[in-house]
Amino acid sequence: MKEQAPTYTLEQIDEENFALNLGPQHPGTHGVLRVILHMDGEYILYADPILGYGHRMQEKVAENMTYLQVLPYVCRMDYLGALSYNLAWVCAVEKLCEFEVPDRASVVRVIATELNRISSHLLWWGAYLLDLGAFTPFLQAFTDRELILDLLEYITGSRLTYCYFRFGGLPSDVDDVFLTGVRDFIEGFRGRLKNYHDLVTGNVIFYHRSADVGVILPFDAAGYGLSGPVLRGSGFAYDVRRHEPYSGYDRFDFEIPVEETGDCMARYNVRMAEIEQSMNIIEQALNTIPDGPIRSKVPKIIKPPEGEVTMAVETPRGELVIYIVSDGTKKPYRVKYRVPSFSNLSIFAKLARGQLLADALAVLGSFDLVIPEVDR
Amino acid sequence: MMDCCHIREVVQGFFSLLVGMRVTMGNMFVKPHTVQWPRETAPLPPGFRGHIMMLPDEITRYPKCIACTACARNCPSQCITVTGRKPAGAKKKLADCFVLDFTKCSLCGICVESCPVGALDFSRDYALAAYSKDDFNRMNLLEDLVSPF
Ligand code: SF4
Ligand code: SF4
Repeated sequence: MKEQAPTYTLEQIDEENFALNLGPQHPGTHGVLRVILHMDGEYILYADPILGYGHRMQEKVAENMTYLQVLPYVCRMDYLGALSYNLAWVCAVEKLCEFEVPDRASVVRVIATELNRISSHLLWWGAYLLDLGAFTPFLQAFTDRELILDLLEYITGSRLTYCYFRFGGLPSDVDDVFLTGVRDFIEGFRGRLKNYHDLVTGNVIFYHRSADVGVILPFDAAGYGLSGPVLRGSGFAYDVRRHEPYSGYDRFDFEIPVEETGDCMARYNVRMAEIEQSMNIIEQALNTIPDGPIRSKVPKIIKPPEGEVTMAVETPRGELVIYIVSDGTKKPYRVKYRVPSFSNLSIFAKLARGQLLADALAVLGSFDLVIPEVDR
Repeated sequence: MMDCCHIREVVQGFFSLLVGMRVTMGNMFVKPHTVQWPRETAPLPPGFRGHIMMLPDEITRYPKCIACTACARNCPSQCITVTGRKPAGAKKKLADCFVLDFTKCSLCGICVESCPVGALDFSRDYALAAYSKDDFNRMNLLEDLVSPF
């Protein structure tokens, strides 16, 4: 049962007990999230997240558009991991219509999506440490992220809300400039990643700000439907790329980083290890990229047969599920997105209780939320 | 015993700060990664997406568009208005009006990809600024091209 927000009589409200409005425009909430915090001094008695400032009726809009027209909109839900959304939508429609995807296209999709995952984790790394009061990491991460953005811009034409995959493959092939660029980046970044650990992972201030803060017990992690690095930080080795492989992820050899402690430090360590795993995947993909066509023959107007399809994809934030019901016309009959940030945010109210305000912001940052994705 | 652990922790903590400082200091001696726009400009990538533009036919220099309206129908934001008619003596229709509402355009490129004759492409125009909204919500893409009418 949902716990009711405490009510106060006028006499109870003084300078110690008060309601604090965090957001919707607060740098610590990374988007238009509003949290009403009932405070006792510096301690939080009760946190009440309020959503919906960025609600754009993504699901309803999708019902009024053709399958192709929805494609660029999906990528605008999660502006940091747009290619995962892009991949989820094309894979869902391909599964529904039973389109073939050439091998080369699948591999390029994996390379691009993993690059996007690294850039998303880098942004999180910088922004999270900015939340904790460190400024250098932010600049460090953005310098390296810029190199990835340049690579992705080279093939997709955009810097943030990429839309590069098409039904049945890719719109354009990648060339050697891109492939060598990726190889050089991975080589250089492996060295620079050591700086990241020197700067932050071993840092005593960071350790005390994040160890034992916001502990999520495995029981809660499963009960609240958490996914992605937040779930893996609580001891579950669950990754959609491994457990329900799509786009040829089963061909690659990678580990699922898991931490047992469930605190902010664990989530941090999982993401840092994931960056390395993503680099491993990209390297394997670069070594095995086949030649051949990049797009199979698909009809110009997509008219899937009647039926329904569910497609799960591992985005940088967790498990995204797209559910489409088709009635055999050009437009989807019903679309449902299960977005990871929404479920991950749901445990925040529970974790924030009894915390210091500064720790609650550290917990919020460790979830790596993208609010447009929560609101969609 | 307790004190010994505590001192070790303090020393280790202090050392970790020094290690972090080394990285910060090291950054002071690297070349800046930023580009000082507008004095310098970053190179545009080949796939850069500016607003869409109409390509002329190589021979006649007329706009390539045959006014099939595929782009207007496929555009998710309905920002293209295109009409066409046959120029005197011609067999095929040509566009006489192609207006883009750039304020609604999301630069998705569906129009460019869906054109059967390859009449559209992204421009490499990025420094867009104007005094009035009208300059963007009714962009006439045929303006700079030779008119067949
Ligand atoms: S780029 Fe996309 S939104 Fe813009 S005019 Fe073309 S189809 Fe419409
Ligand atoms: S799809 Fe091409 S030919 Fe058809 S109306 Fe649009 S620009 Fe003209």
